[in-house]
Amino acid sequence: MTRRRPTSLRRRLVIQLLALSAVLSALIFLAVRISADRASEETLDAVLGAAAVSLAEAMRGGDRDGGSVTVDLSPVTFSMLAAMGEERIFYRVDLDGRTVTGYGDLPLPAELPDALAPRFYTVGFRDTELRVAAVRRSLMVAGRPAPLLVLLGQTRDGQEAIAEGLANRAALVGLVVFSAAAIFSLLAAGSLLRPIGTLAEAVGRRGPRDLRPLRDQAPAELSPFVTALNGFIARLRGTLSQTETFIAEAAHHIRTPLSVMRNEAELALRETSDEPARARLRRLIRAVDEGARSAGQLLDHATVLYRAGQQEMAEIALGPLVAALVERSRPIAAMRDITLLPSLPAEPLRIRGDAVLIEAALRNLLDNAVKYSPPDSAIDIVLATLAPAGGGAGAAMAEIRIADRGRGLDGAAPQAFTIRFRRGSNVGDVPGSGLGLTIVAEAAAAMGGRFDLSPREGGGTCATFALPLPG
Amino acid sequence: MRNIRAALAGLILALAGPVMPARGYEIEASAHFGPPDAARRLAVLSTTDIDFLRPVIEGWLARTPGIGLDYTLASSQEVYRAIAEEGAVFDVVISSAMDLQMKLANDGFARPLPAEMLRTRPDWSRWRNLLVAVAQEPVTMILSDHALDGGLPMPHTRRDLIALLRDHPDRFRGRVGTYDPEVSGAGYLFAAQEARLSDTFWRLAEVMGRLDARLFCCSGDMIAAVRQGDLLIAYNVLGSYAAADGRTAPGFVVVEPEDFTLTLLRTALVPRGAADPTTAEAFVAFLLSPGGQQLISAAAGLPAIDAGAFALKPYLRPIRLDPGLLAPLDRISRQGFLAEWRAAMDQP
Ligand SMILES: Nc1ncnc2c1ncn2[C@@H]1O[C@H](COP(=O)(O)OP(=O)(O)OP(=O)(O)O)[C@@H](O)[C@H]1O
Ligand SMILES: [Mg+2]
Repeated sequence: MTRRRPTSLRRRLVIQLLALSAVLSALIFLAVRISADRASEETLDAVLGAAAVSLAEAMRGGDRDGGSVTVDLSPVTFSMLAAMGEERIFYRVDLDGRTVTGYGDLPLPAELPDALAPRFYTVGFRDTELRVAAVRRSLMVAGRPAPLLVLLGQTRDGQEAIAEGLANRAALVGLVVFSAAAIFSLLAAGSLLRPIGTLAEAVGRRGPRDLRPLRDQAPAELSPFVTALNGFIARLRGTLSQTETFIAEAAHHIRTPLSVMRNEAELALRETSDEPARARLRRLIRAVDEGARSAGQLLDHATVLYRAGQQEMAEIALGPLVAALVERSRPIAAMRDITLLPSLPAEPLRIRGDAVLIEAALRNLLDNAVKYSPPDSAIDIVLATLAPAGGGAGAAMAEIRIADRGRGLDGAAPQAFTIRFRRGSNVGDVPGSGLGLTIVAEAAAAMGGRFDLSPREGGGTCATFALPLPG
Repeated sequence: MRNIRAALAGLILALAGPVMPARGYEIEASAHFGPPDAARRLAVLSTTDIDFLRPVIEGWLARTPGIGLDYTLASSQEVYRAIAEEGAVFDVVISSAMDLQMKLANDGFARPLPAEMLRTRPDWSRWRNLLVAVAQEPVTMILSDHALDGGLPMPHTRRDLIALLRDHPDRFRGRVGTYDPEVSGAGYLFAAQEARLSDTFWRLAEVMGRLDARLFCCSGDMIAAVRQGDLLIAYNVLGSYAAADGRTAPGFVVVEPEDFTLTLLRTALVPRGAADPTTAEAFVAFLLSPGGQQLISAAAGLPAIDAGAFALKPYLRPIRLDPGLLAPLDRISRQGFLAEWRAAMDQP
């Protein structure tokens, strides 16, 4: 399959707008040119016509003795007619169909004019082209009326020069309109297509588990797309939650028979004195414990995934929550003679988040700290606010540090442990499923927080779980 | 212009026959300049006397060696006929008959001149790119030294002149002269232009008619008559002729009327049928160049084209070089005008 370049809406839009403005500019040019031509021709025709009429009116009938006519051509009229663009002037006077004066070869109009209303026509004459006004009237000659035809022609070189100048100006106007339109179409294409970019950004900015429907303001034209996308998100969420529910139910269903199995194995252990059988039973109990633990972690994991998708945030006082969790963990820690040393601030440190997610994360961290510490050691639990990183950019954070004096990370890269079912090489005989830190990392991501595991100075491990403080 | 012929008849060496039937138009004289065997010869047809332009022509030939120039002198009417009707081949046409030159240009017999030649010309001294003035000549009146004997006031305007003539009919009867517009093209041009500019023209015509004014064909004859004492006042005389003549034999004063003094433009054009238009344009360009203008005014005695003159003498009016000149040329208009003129002249 050949890779086709994707079609660009912007390019198409710009090309179409440019084509449209080119057509418009051409139309403007033509309109200016034609109307200017017509206007100047009408003006000049009016002057020419008036001159021809006044010429005809100045003609007087001949004397009684012969059929002649008195012509008094006015130099002023000729001067004025010729003034604009230094035109050339030709005339012809016909009386009774006979040329009495002027240029006998000046062509007659195709149709004779009406009385005293000049008729205009353009005609080639000698080496040039003339605009001619023809006027007709009657004269009394030798006692009877005779038709008089006066033709007055002028070249229109000046008008042509003016029309050319106007055409140039019109072309300039067209060009200006076109360039303005070009700039405008680029801007328009940009602003028209911006909502698409905004939408894409809104979708792209979402966290991997954010399956809420899109609620951004999108233009009406994009709403079918948004609706379709939301429908798709809804279906995806449905499928995911089905899977998660299934895992949670499956884990739950496995836990019950496992606990029955454990009880039975314990009873059997108590009742048997055959050493090999007892050892086998002890191994069975251990495997059952590990299975139960895995089922619990799977359940937790599914819960975290589900709640992360739900994004049900509420206001939470972080201090009391941490204090309660620590208290709940004391008995387990005490079983291994481990002391929990919480150090909490006086204020409650309110944040927005999901208590279930936070509890799951902290429970796992405390569990790891206790699990991977030797007996008779202490674990520090510190809650503190953290100024925005980089001096101002970003939000201030509430940070919970859980630091133990355990076996440490054995030089392994901490981010590897957040992968599902991945356990470190340092675990030894400590039971576990490898889901704990996955849960923590997902909880942190769902609330816009941060999780980090690092070696502690002086031995041990320090886990950091931070959540953004509001405003 | 037959005045030139009369004044210079003795000087002209190569006098052509009065009528050359094969030619179809009459010439008065011709002269040949430059090397006789020159490969390129420029044919100039003109109404201006050969001796007037001789220094200018020789100045040009000195600058452009290897070119000859054939100069043909004819009356303005014949110059027009040669180009418009007979299809004679000339490279440059120079004439003082502005109206006929305008008609040649208007009717399409002139060839466009290059734009750079005309760019520096004042607007009133050219028409389109076809016709360009090479000299400007005021139309004046001349008074014999004896005209005002007895302390009569010097007339500075037409009104003054009318008053002078009217108050002293006995002195001036039969001793006032002007052009005969029926015979002279220049006379008709001046009369028509004056009539166009002012009504005093007809009043003056009537006064002159009552005094039995004598009518002349040419400026030269009028100047001669004044010098001989036959005339006391000659009206509408080309100032350049008066000045040229006055240098040898004073005996009269030249007065430029201060109400307005018509200024005739001597114009040049290159006909469409010119055999060598490039050289023709070079010649016209020389006539318009500072060097050529200098020669025209200093050696030929024709006033050069000078827009400054109009600022200095505000009453100078160049005759408008535009198609307005065509109206009086109309046959019937001319008949009408001359009929009026005759009526003014023939008074009991
Ligand atoms: N406090 C700690 N000290 C040393 N190693 C630790 C500590 N916490 C986690 N680890 C290492 O990280 C690995 C992953 O921890 P995680 O909690 O995900 O799994 P687990 O504890 O092995 O199993 P479980 O799911 O039962 O908690 C551990 O197997 C261990 O190697
Ligand atoms: Mg763990």
